[in-house]
Amino acid sequence: MSISSGTQLPRTAADIDIARMRLIKPLPYGQIIAVAVIVLIAAFITKSFAEGQINWEITWQYMFWPTILMGLVNTIWMSILCMAIGIGIGLLCAVGRDSINPVIRWASIFYTWFFRGAPLILQLLIWFNLALVFPKLSLFGFFEVRTVDVITPAVAAILGFGLNAGAYASEIIRAGLLGVDRGQFEAAKAIGMTGSMALRRVVLPQAMRTVLPPLGNEFISMIKMTSLASILGFSDLLRSVQNIYFLNTRVIELLMVATVWYLVVVTILSFFQRMLERRFGRGFVRRDQK
Amino acid sequence: MSLAALPVIEARALGKSFNQLLVLKDIDITVNKGEVVCIIGPSGSGKTTFLRCINQLETFDSGSLRLDGELVGYREAGGALYRLSEKDIARQRRKTGMVFQRFNLFPHMTALQNVIEGPTRVLRQDVAQATATAMQLLESVGLANKADAYPSELSGGQQQRVAIARALAMKPDLMLFDEPTSALDPELVGEVLHVMRDLAAQGMTMVVVTHEMGFARDVGDRVVFMDKGSVIETGPAKEMMTNPREERTRSFLKMVARD
Repeated sequence: MSISSGTQLPRTAADIDIARMRLIKPLPYGQIIAVAVIVLIAAFITKSFAEGQINWEITWQYMFWPTILMGLVNTIWMSILCMAIGIGIGLLCAVGRDSINPVIRWASIFYTWFFRGAPLILQLLIWFNLALVFPKLSLFGFFEVRTVDVITPAVAAILGFGLNAGAYASEIIRAGLLGVDRGQFEAAKAIGMTGSMALRRVVLPQAMRTVLPPLGNEFISMIKMTSLASILGFSDLLRSVQNIYFLNTRVIELLMVATVWYLVVVTILSFFQRMLERRFGRGFVRRDQK
Repeated sequence: MSLAALPVIEARALGKSFNQLLVLKDIDITVNKGEVVCIIGPSGSGKTTFLRCINQLETFDSGSLRLDGELVGYREAGGALYRLSEKDIARQRRKTGMVFQRFNLFPHMTALQNVIEGPTRVLRQDVAQATATAMQLLESVGLANKADAYPSELSGGQQQRVAIARALAMKPDLMLFDEPTSALDPELVGEVLHVMRDLAAQGMTMVVVTHEMGFARDVGDRVVFMDKGSVIETGPAKEMMTNPREERTRSFLKMVARD
C-alpha cells in the first residue's frame, strides 16, 4: 500500500500509542561490564598495597608533620604568586601581540618565543646563577647590592616560574581574545568606549570563558612544577618529605604523604575553577537548560 | 548661517579604497536634522562602508565628512590636519548610535545591563538614574518584561530591539542602522521596523542602510541609491521609489520587487 499525501491510514484497534505503554529498556551491558572490570582492578590494587611493604600508619603519622606543612604552604604561595605573575605578563603580551605599535608587537612575540623555548629547569638555573654574570645589581648607580643576597632560591624560582608561565598564559589568553567576535569590539566602540575600556568590559569577560579551562590546567601543572625548585634548595612540599625520608628511609610512606597533599590542593583548585567558569558562563548557557 | 540649518552629516567627495579597489567614489551626501535617509543598492555598493565611516569604524582616504559641522576624525589648524586621539574619536562617536545587522549585544550581560553599560561606564551616570532611563527605553521597544533576560534567551527581533534601546541610551543626535532586519526571520522583521517607525515619528535623525523597500518608501524622507561605490541617484523617497530617473535605479528596483 502506498501512502499518498492527503490520504489517512484507517485507525484500527491495533494502533499503538507509545505514551500509554510500558517501555522495556535493554540491559546496560556496557555499564555492567565496566563496573565489574573497575571493581576487580581496585580490589587488586587495594590487596597489593595492603600486603605490600608499606606502613600506612607512618604515612598518617607524618601527614601533619610541621616541616611538611611548611613545605605545603611554600608550594601553595609559590604557585599562586608565580601564576599571578604569569597571568599578568600573559595578558600584557596577548594584548601587545595585536598592538598597532610594531615595537610592542615584536617585543611580545620575542618574549613568548624565548621563555617558551628554553627548558624550564635551565631557566631556573640561569636565574639562580645570575651572580656569576652580574656580581652586583644596581639601579642607575643607586642601591647597589650583591646579587647573591637578592637572588635567594625563592626569588630565582619566582622569576623562573613566573616568566615561564607568562609565555604560556599569553598564548592561552590570545586564543581567548581571538575567539571573541569582532562585532563585540565594534559594538563597544559604537557606544563610545575607548579600546582599553572595550577590552576590559566587553572582550575580556567573554574571552575568560574559553581561557579558564586551559589556564586552570596551567595552574595545576604549576603546583606540581614548583617541586623543580627543590634543585635550588627551595623547601617545597616534595623537598620537605625528601628531607625526612633521607633520615628515616621510609621513602614510599612519605611520598604518599606528598601525593595526598598535592591531590588535596588540586581538588580545591578545581572547585574554584568550576565556580569561576560558572560565573563567566553567564548568558552563554540558557538558564532553562542548566 | 543659523544653527538649525546646519546639516547633521555633510559628506563631500568622500573616497576610500581597499588594495586599489575603489569602495567609495566621490560620495556627496547631506543629512539634515530630523531627516530619515535610506540608502539602498546592491551588495558591494559601499553603503555599509559609508555608514561605518560616519562613526569611524572605518576610515576614509579622501574628501571630507562633517558631523554636526565638526570634521570627523581630524582637527584642522593652520592649513594642516591632525588625526584625533583615540579619546576624541570615542567622544565624537557618542553623537551617533549604531545598530548592527548581527545585533552585537553583549552576551554576558542581561538586556538591562546592555542598555545601562554605556550610560554608566562611558557617561558615568549613576546606576539608579541610568536604570530608570533604560527601563523607559526597554518599555518603548516593548521589552520591559525582558530586562533580566540574557541575549541568548531572546529572539532575533527582541535582540535587535534591545540593541536599538542600547544605542538610544547614549542620547545620540543621529542613529545609524546597518541592515537591521537582514539577519532576522521574516516574521520578526515587522516588530523591528515598527520600533524604527516610532523613532522616525519622534523626529530622530536616521540613516538606514536597508533592503526593506517598503520601509524606504513609507518612512524615508529621502532615498540614496548607490552602486559600485558611487551615489547614482538621490531624491524624495516616494518619488524616487516609484519613478526613478536613472536606468540603473530602475533596474535595481525592478529586480528586488520580483522576489
